[in-house]
Parts: sequence; C-alpha cells; structure tokens
Amino acid sequence: MKMLIVDDSMIIRRKIERELELNEITEIYTANDGMEALCIFQMHMPELVTMDLTMPAMNGEECVKEIMKINRETTILVISALADKATAIKAVKNGACGFLCKPFTEKELNAALAKLISYRNNNKVSPC
Amino acid sequence: MLSEKELQVFIKGTKKYFQINSNKEIEIAAPYLAAAEDVPISELTGIIGISGERKGCVFITSTKTMLRHLVLSLGENEVTPELLRDVIGEMANTISGNARADFGPEFMISVPVVVEGSPDLIALPKNLKGYVIPIRWNSFPFLLVASLA
Repeated sequence: MKMLIVDDSMIIRRKIERELELNEITEIYTANDGMEALCIFQMHMPELVTMDLTMPAMNGEECVKEIMKINRETTILVISALADKATAIKAVKNGACGFLCKPFTEKELNAALAKLISYRNNNKVSPC
Repeated sequence: MLSEKELQVFIKGTKKYFQINSNKEIEIAAPYLAAAEDVPISELTGIIGISGERKGCVFITSTKTMLRHLVLSLGENEVTPELLRDVIGEMANTISGNARADFGPEFMISVPVVVEGSPDLIALPKNLKGYVIPIRWNSFPFLLVASLA
C-alpha cells in the first residue's frame, strides 16, 4: 500500500515516517503543502494519505476536497493541531476517514492508521 | 485581554505538548503582563497570528540550545538550522491549534512565522499587552506569550 504524508512541518513528516510500524505500507511519499501533495498524489495515486490542515499554498481542507475529486476511494487521516470537534466533523464531511489530534504518540498514530487500513482491507473500500 | 481561565488553556496545551513529545514535565512560573517592547525576545521565535472572534497573536521565544534538545527528544539524530526553525513553528502551531478545543472554531490560527533574533519584527497588537508565561523544560527556560483582544 502506498502512503502520502502531507504536513508543512518537516519534524512531523519525519516523525510519522519514522514511527510507522505497519507492514501494509510499502511505499511512502511526503509533501509540505497541499499543492505539492496534489502533484505527488496524481503521480503515484497512494491509497492512504495523512493530511495536516493548516498549511501554506493550499490548506488541508482544500487538498482533501481535490483528492476526493480525483479518487473517492482514497483513505485520508487528518492529523492536525486544531482540536475542536467542529474541525474534525468538517474534515470527515469533506472526505477524510479519521482525525488524529497533534501532539500524538507513536501508539496513537499506528492505532489510527491500522484501524483505517483494516477497515479498507476487510471491506475492499475506503472506510469513509 | 485574556482571562485567568483562558490563560490556563495555553498552559494546559504546553504541558501536553512536552508530556507527549518528551515524556518530561515542564515547570511554569507566574505569568505576568507586559507591553510589546518589554517582552524579552530570545534567539528564535515562532509566531501564530490569531483572527476571527479573537484577534492577536501567540508566540514562543527560545534559545537554540533548548530547541536543539527538543529536536533530539523528538527522535531526530542530527540537528540542523532548518529543524530548529521548524520545531519552534510547529510547537507554536500545536499549542495554538489545541486552544480551539476551548475557544471554538472561530479561533482562527495562521501558519507559523519564525523569526530569528530581531525583536523589532515582533509587534504585539496596538494598545494590547501580552501575558508572558515563563516556562522551564529540561532545565532550559523559554517564554510563551499570548496577546489576545
């Protein structure tokens, strides 16, 4: 399974990549804003995306909408510091499948991604 | 101006950030009010602009030494100037973003702006003082400043 990590913080991109413990993920790509994410998405068509929300160039909300236009079966986990419920609900309405709040532990990251991958594999469709 | 209860939102967010990212507790000294020109700016400052129902800014100002230790505690093997700038911006972003759990979705935060030195580049909103929260992590002091109308 291919995965795209989108976050404007290099520290966060590298933390996610380093702490992943899921055998299902075989290829990882990274992008530091929504515009770059869209280019990489169209090039590699990853099945799984982690998406920050507050980013320059194109924010995560817009990027989720654009990815959904390209492939509605994409599984997107929003990983953001925006901790209010309304933001999480809006992200899901736009097409994200889950929400993980920063700061997060290694265990929380892997649990959130494993849950989405498991659902996707068992149902052969995106969980959202 | 922030209320005592609102000030606690930022203290709570900072505690959580360091508990999760370094497994170490922070020490908080008594917050105080200061005018823009009286806030002691350190080597690197990560600033988040606030708009929406509240207006102002939240920033964190720290030495590079403290940030080097923080980068290492986040799992990096090497410390680069880019990572120092990145970590202070992301810290300010995380603490400000977490505050939306209490302030609500109309508490709009900007992407982080990171400034090296140059205290004259950091202006608090006119006629508004900021709360300065002195914090110590892993023996290193730094400041969190919240200035909101």
